[in-house]
Amino acid sequence: MALTLMKGSEAIAEAAIRAGCRYFFGYPITPQTEIPEYMSARMPEIGGCFLQAESEVSAINMVYGAAGTGERVLTSSSSPGVSLKQEGISYIACSRLPCVIINVMRGGPGLGSIQASQGDYLQATKGGGHGDYKLIVLAPASVQESVDMMKLAFELGEKYLNPVMIVADGMICQMMEPVVLPEMVDFKVDYEAKPWAANGKHPSADHKRAIINSLYITVEELDGINETLQKGYREIEKNETRYEAYNMEGAEIIVTAFGTVARICKSAIDDLKAKGINVGLLRPITLYPFPYEAIHDAAVAPGVKAVLDVELNAGQMLEDVKLAINGDQKVEFYGRYGSHMPTSEEIYEKLLSMREGF
Amino acid sequence: MAVVFEKTKMLTDAVFHYCPGCNHGIAHRLVAESIEGLGLTDNVIGVAPVGCAVFAYNYFNCDMYEAAHGRAPAVATGIKRVHPDTCVFTYQGDGDLASIGGNEIIHAAHRGENITVFFINNAIYGMTGGQMAPTTLIGQRTTTSPAGRSESWSGSPLKVSEMLAQIPSAYYIERVALNTTPNIIKAKKAIQKGLRYQMEGRGFSMIEILSTCPTNWGMSPVDALKWLEENMIPYYPLGVYKDKGAE
Repeated sequence: MALTLMKGSEAIAEAAIRAGCRYFFGYPITPQTEIPEYMSARMPEIGGCFLQAESEVSAINMVYGAAGTGERVLTSSSSPGVSLKQEGISYIACSRLPCVIINVMRGGPGLGSIQASQGDYLQATKGGGHGDYKLIVLAPASVQESVDMMKLAFELGEKYLNPVMIVADGMICQMMEPVVLPEMVDFKVDYEAKPWAANGKHPSADHKRAIINSLYITVEELDGINETLQKGYREIEKNETRYEAYNMEGAEIIVTAFGTVARICKSAIDDLKAKGINVGLLRPITLYPFPYEAIHDAAVAPGVKAVLDVELNAGQMLEDVKLAINGDQKVEFYGRYGSHMPTSEEIYEKLLSMREGF
Repeated sequence: MAVVFEKTKMLTDAVFHYCPGCNHGIAHRLVAESIEGLGLTDNVIGVAPVGCAVFAYNYFNCDMYEAAHGRAPAVATGIKRVHPDTCVFTYQGDGDLASIGGNEIIHAAHRGENITVFFINNAIYGMTGGQMAPTTLIGQRTTTSPAGRSESWSGSPLKVSEMLAQIPSAYYIERVALNTTPNIIKAKKAIQKGLRYQMEGRGFSMIEILSTCPTNWGMSPVDALKWLEENMIPYYPLGVYKDKGAE
C-alpha cells in the first residue's frame, strides 16, 4: 500500500469521494475550509457536485434535499457553523435520511477561537437540535483513522437510516501525516432497494411515491416515529459501539480521552511505561453509541485505583464516563478549555500526582 | 357516458384541509394541472413549506419533501443538483418565503437555480392564526399588529417580485392573482411558463400568486376577493417583472 503525505482535511475529503460521495454542500469556516476548497477542485474531475451554500443553514438543507435521493452526501463545518446546522440535522434525523456531517471543532462558546477544541461533545452526542434524536458520532484520533472512517460513516448512515457526525478538531485537519487512501468505491443508488428515495417517478400499483417528511401531527403518528427512532438507537447501541483499549494490562490508572487528546495521552502513557508505571487508555471511537460497559469494566478491573478523564473542554465526556462508572471507581478530570492543547508532560505529571494518593 | 372532465392525476384524492374560500385549493390545482399538461407527471419532485401548505405533500401526487420553515429553496437545490433533468418545484407562503426564508430565496435566485417557485402571498401568516407577515399591508390588522401595521414601527410591505427581479441570474418573475376567472387563467399561463422554462434549463423562476385568507382576514370569501382586488393589487401590481425569455 502506497503512503501519501497529506493534510488531514484534504485526506478526509478525498476519502469521502473514494467512499462514493458525489455531493458536497458547505460554507467556509476556519479550521475546515480546506475541505470545501478541496471538494471544489476535485468534484468536477469525477462528475460530482460541490456547491458553496449561502450559509450553513442552507448547506444542511441542501444536504437534506440531496440525501433524500439516496446519494452519498457530505457537509463539513466547524463549531459555530455546526450550531447553525442543528435545525436541519433534527429534520434529517426525524426524516431518517443517511448523510455525513463533519464538525472540525474549534474553541467556543460564541465565536470562540479557531484553534482545536472538543467543546461540542455534548452537542454532538446528545442530539444537538430539538427533539429526541441521536447522531452516530465518530471521533478519529489520526488522519489515517479519519480516512478509514469515511466509508464506515456512509455505510452506518445507510444501515440505520440515520445521520452520522464525524467530530474531529483543528489538529487533525491541519496536520500532515502519511496515509493509505482507500480504493474508489463504485456507488450507485438502487431505487428498488431504497423505496424511500425520491427520483421523480409517478406512483403506481407497485411504486409508492417518496415522502421525505418530519411532520407527524397526531399523537399516535408522532409516537410511532419516535418509537421507530428509539428502536434504531437501541440497535445502534447493541451493534456499533467502538473503542480502543491501550496498555490495559496491569494498569493502575485508566485514562479516558477521545480524538487528538487521546493521542497526547498515549505519549504520556508510553513515557510512564518506560519508568515501569502502567496506565491504560480507553478511547471511545464512537462517542455515540458510548462504550459505557467497556469503561466500567476497565475502571473496576483488579489493580485499577482511579480513572482520569482528559478532554479539551471543561468536562463534557466526563459526564458519560461517570455514568459508565456509576460510582464504582474514583474519577478525576484533567481538562483545558478549547484551544489550549495540553502537553503530554502535563498529563504525565497529573498521572504521577494521582499515584501519590494511592 | 362521455367523460368531459377529469381531476388531474397530479393531485391525490386526499381532502384539502384548507379553509372555505381560501385560494390554496385553486393554486394547487393550477400547479398540478400544469405539471400534467406539460407531460412531467413521471419526472417531478415537489417541496412543501411550513405554513398553511405544510401538508401539500398529501395533495401533490408525486415525490414530495417537507422542508423546514423557509428552507424549501435550499432543499430544492439539493434535489435539483442530484436530479438535474427532473422538474423540481417549491410551494411556499409569505411567512415562509418572504420572512424566515428570505436568504434561501434570494440565493436560489442568485445562483440561477433551475427550479420553479410558487409563492403564495396572502399578506398574513395563516397557519399560526393570522400574524403580521412582511407582506402585510399598512394599516392591516393582524394578531401581532392589532392596531394595524405601522410603517414607522414595522416598515412597508416587502415587494418580493420586484426585489428578486433585480437579481442578475433570476430568469422569470411574474406576479399573478386568483381573484377573478381571467386572472386565474393568466396565473395558470405563468405557472406553465415557469415550469417550461425550468425544463428548458433556463434557470430560476418565481410566480408570486396573490391569494385570499378569508379566515384570518375576518371576511367572507367573496369580500376577501374584493379586498384583494382593492387593497393588494394596487400595492402589488400584477405583471411580468422579469422574463429573460422574452427579451
